[in-house]
Amino acid sequence: MLESLPDLTQPAGWLPLVFAVVMALAMLAYVVLDGYDLGVGILLRRADDGAQKDTMIASIGPFWDANETWLVLGVGVLLVAFPMAHGVILGALYLPVALMLAGLTLRGVAFDFRVKARADHKVLWDRAFYLGSLLAGWSQGYMLGGLITGFKDDVWNHLFSALIGFCLLAAYCLLGAGWLIMKTEGVLQRKAVRWAQGSLWLSALGIAAISLVTPLISHRIFEKWFGVPQLAMLFPIPVVTVALFVVIARSLRRLPVRLEQGNQYGVGVPFAGTIGIFLLSFYGLAYSLFPWLVIDRITLWSAASSPEALMVIFYGVVVVLPVIIGYTVFAYRVFWGKSTSLQY
Amino acid sequence: MDSLDPVILARIQFAANMTFHILFPTISISMGWVLLFFKTRFGATGKPHWMDAYQFWVKIFALTFALGVVSGITMSFQFGTNWPGFMTTVGNVAGPLLAYEVLTAFFLEATMLGIMLFGRGRVSERVHTLATLLVALGTTASAFWILALNSWMHTPAGFEMVRGQAHVTSWLQVIFNPSFPYRLTHMLIASGLTVGFLLAGISAFRWLRNDRSEDVRASLKVGIWVAAVLIPLQILVGDLHGLNTMEHQPAKIAAMEGIWQTQRGAPAVLFGIPDATTRTNRYEIAIPRLASLYLKHDLDAEIQGIDAFGDKHPPVGPVFWAFRVMVGTGLLMLAVSWCSAWFLRRNHALPTWLLRTLIGMTFSGWLALLAGWYVTEIGRQPWLVHGVLTAAQAASGVVPAHIALTLAMYLTLYAALLVAYVKVVFFLAAKAGSQRSPAAEPAGAAVAAGLGAGHA
Repeated sequence: MLESLPDLTQPAGWLPLVFAVVMALAMLAYVVLDGYDLGVGILLRRADDGAQKDTMIASIGPFWDANETWLVLGVGVLLVAFPMAHGVILGALYLPVALMLAGLTLRGVAFDFRVKARADHKVLWDRAFYLGSLLAGWSQGYMLGGLITGFKDDVWNHLFSALIGFCLLAAYCLLGAGWLIMKTEGVLQRKAVRWAQGSLWLSALGIAAISLVTPLISHRIFEKWFGVPQLAMLFPIPVVTVALFVVIARSLRRLPVRLEQGNQYGVGVPFAGTIGIFLLSFYGLAYSLFPWLVIDRITLWSAASSPEALMVIFYGVVVVLPVIIGYTVFAYRVFWGKSTSLQY
Repeated sequence: MDSLDPVILARIQFAANMTFHILFPTISISMGWVLLFFKTRFGATGKPHWMDAYQFWVKIFALTFALGVVSGITMSFQFGTNWPGFMTTVGNVAGPLLAYEVLTAFFLEATMLGIMLFGRGRVSERVHTLATLLVALGTTASAFWILALNSWMHTPAGFEMVRGQAHVTSWLQVIFNPSFPYRLTHMLIASGLTVGFLLAGISAFRWLRNDRSEDVRASLKVGIWVAAVLIPLQILVGDLHGLNTMEHQPAKIAAMEGIWQTQRGAPAVLFGIPDATTRTNRYEIAIPRLASLYLKHDLDAEIQGIDAFGDKHPPVGPVFWAFRVMVGTGLLMLAVSWCSAWFLRRNHALPTWLLRTLIGMTFSGWLALLAGWYVTEIGRQPWLVHGVLTAAQAASGVVPAHIALTLAMYLTLYAALLVAYVKVVFFLAAKAGSQRSPAAEPAGAAVAAGLGAGHA
């Protein structure tokens, strides 16, 4: 733990903290929002036919672009508010970042190319869509692994990062399947229930792995979690996470029967539950890492830009962010309900 | 290993990404306004061909936009990975400008694009038109912020250096730095010209395939008139921009003009091959004193040559050639667009040879644009921020092999996507004609327009 926090009444104290929160929220928004997009993309390969693929992509079509913008905001805040950390983090993650960008590029352009290119090329672009989603999701997990281990360059850490990559893919699939259960009907919806069941346990494994490894890597993090009285206050996080897994599992067990009867009650439960798990995991991670941007090396205060530059951006954030959230909510309301075919 | 110089590699990689990226916003910035024009014409006249034009071009817009978004995300990472010294030195200036671009432009255009593309029938026609307007505003706002930053890197103002870091003294001077008004105007007109020739070229292509419906004719006309009106303006603005560069970055002008030695009554070099070892132009064909005349409005004025700048000058060859490609393309655009406009006014139709020429010039805007960007960006070397920070000082410590590896990956990906993009644009144009059944056309548009009943 940092021995003493900077004076939070001064701009040099509270501004970096505010921007760390903005960055964390942007990253969280990205992981949840583009997470379901990427999950749907990864599940694309399991669809029965072209029509199902069209429906799956139609369910994310109006949103993906704005969803991806949260990544630009998150990385943008890292760049403009914490330039010292930006160089270190992205320098250490140079190759996985390049892989992720290639994946996001493939996935993003495939949205348009698959419906606009010659019909016999559609299969190819669908494959690009799947591969792009896979690549982007896995590299993001790999980067998360690096962030947790503090970018240590040895075999075990790379293996751990690779494992987290696969677990994040599972978590994205769970999120994507939950989205499809909500947004589709019929055969596809019932398939999505099975997809969600398949990815549930690998997601749980990933969260368990991170929870076990993080305190072992850093003595500080161990003390943060297992000291008294923190343990009592933090205890609800793992308990609620486990409870959410149970709720999702039960819901997924009951849904097939209900859907057979044409009853759409509770189709939002797996998606909402998964978001809950993402929120709690994110909170746990943020608690572990705070106030470090790079574990045991760079704190958010040591990496921050000058207070006057942060102040200029702060005004913009205060005015514009609520507007962004406002029209994002509007866009989701416009496309509320079961997704329909997309044509323009 | 000189061949793996990390600074050169980082520059090539960044330049490759910029080159690929800028192609697409250049189209989407002006295409957004053209779509708004089609939409409001339809609203005002009720004539279905305006809606047909909208529906054809919105497909190309969406494809273009997607390519711009994904390559733009790459940019946001490469600022830090390739040039960490940039943010640590001038982050207090660059940071807020980039932040405002994300906040005021990216989210707006991305969110509204969803409604613009897929929202017809789910929102009222008015809200849909509003979404189209906001997308166009978003793309233009994005150009405003990023060009403010880019211009500041050429002509920095409104800051002071304190312990090696730039601190802003006046945001107005930072944003409206000396080259910004010229660069922004030059870029926006370039975007308009690119779209003008794209509209004209693709419509000419459809026309020659006997797809001669009203919307094709309208798109052809709009494209030609946009180009014909903008090109003389662009030549004027380009000249003013050049004079501005003369004042603030004379080394760039010396490289553009191929003037090696400082001299009075400098000639305008029409042709020549700059030779960096002998510091002369081989096979030079030049008009005496002309450069002094158009740069300083005086036949005997002194023009600084490359020799006046020590080692702080850009490589002459690339800047010299790129400048000639840009000007040559511009003059060709002038000839073709005015010739087309003249035929349109007199005959209300274009001869086949001219239509073929327009097809050949479909992407001529890209050529002029990239040549222009190479002039201004290579012309800034060796500086990253003129007089403040060199590219070498800002480069990262990333292993050269990693840069080379990812560079190869990006180049492969971008080449493939560029080919796919151009092919798909022409494929969509070919398909639009073959799919249309003349009788169903107005009815289809009317039904779509009638779906305005509000949902949200």
